[in-house]
Amino acid sequence: MKLGILVNEGPFTHQASDTAYRFTEAALAKGHEIPRVFFYHDGVNNANKLSEPQSDDRNLVKLWSELGEKHGLDLVVCVAAALRRGMTDELLAAGFRISGLGQLIETGIEADRLVVFGD
Amino acid sequence: MASRMLHTVNKSPFERNSLNSCLRLARKGSAVLLIEDGVYAAVAGTSVAERVSERMAELSFYVLGPDVAARGLGGAPLIEGFRVVDYDGFVDLVAEHDATQAWL
Amino acid sequence: MPDENEFEGEYQGGTVKRFLYVNRRAPHGTIYPHETLEMVLIAAAFDQDVTVVFLDDGVYQIKKDQDTKGIGIKNFTPAFRALDDYDVEKLYVEKESLEARGLTAEDLLVPVEVVSTEELREIMAEQDVVLGG
Repeated sequence: MKLGILVNEGPFTHQASDTAYRFTEAALAKGHEIPRVFFYHDGVNNANKLSEPQSDDRNLVKLWSELGEKHGLDLVVCVAAALRRGMTDELLAAGFRISGLGQLIETGIEADRLVVFGD
Repeated sequence: MASRMLHTVNKSPFERNSLNSCLRLARKGSAVLLIEDGVYAAVAGTSVAERVSERMAELSFYVLGPDVAARGLGGAPLIEGFRVVDYDGFVDLVAEHDATQAWL
Repeated sequence: MPDENEFEGEYQGGTVKRFLYVNRRAPHGTIYPHETLEMVLIAAAFDQDVTVVFLDDGVYQIKKDQDTKGIGIKNFTPAFRALDDYDVEKLYVEKESLEARGLTAEDLLVPVEVVSTEELREIMAEQDVVLGG
């Protein structure tokens, strides 16, 4: 089944991105297809490669990047939300790209389910 | 056409009205999965337990085990009828229902 | 309002799904209502079957006479009046949420249908994609 994912919060203030990550990982392991992970609101901060958590804590930017690379995921950061928050192409971690909000709607149309993680 | 929704609630019922609104508006036959801070509502004997139990006959209730354990409630008795799932179970619930609604 | 470039590459797939937007938060205190409205407008531009509901504090989003000059934040709420231009006509407000806040339909800046909890439950149950929240 095609499961689209929407992440509305950044990597630290809320648990939303953690839950989304674990859900995505589990869905892939079960053989589901994840056509796109879309990052909106403060979720765009999940793509910031300058993020440096303490070494004994998880690094969600890196985790998303690595999961994306391993499974060829389309990790899309909303352009309007990103611009507001100073997230530019130069700051993107590997595997992320910036695109329009239309990509979220397209995911909603084309995926069998859209699962929202937010606060 | 009858569709079956999976509702997720990630807020403590003691802080926000997300669970209340979900219980008020979830249609009979749908499922409710408590995640993150939402899991506090699954514990038996709290002031919200009765409100949850009132809808137990019409809705299926699930709670995300890793979130329960993370909050020191792994040994706590849950409201009768709750089923504990892991992330795999969360994925299955999404796949088994026609759509998912997140009550934030 | 979304940028013009958001509408590039308009969806040509022909599939129409039922998109439900759930507004449960008050305006201005957080950015969620503003950015949720942007999602509504994009879905409409993709010719999807859009329904917008207001319940809980979400009813405050469409309160008349909002003046944000004093707080320095752009008032996005007049854009609700543009929804009609995007053929977004299914706007529902939960009666119980309005009454709990001492409001009536007269207090709202757009024409909406005020529905009971039971009616709203049916509206919200028959959707494919649920956003906002």
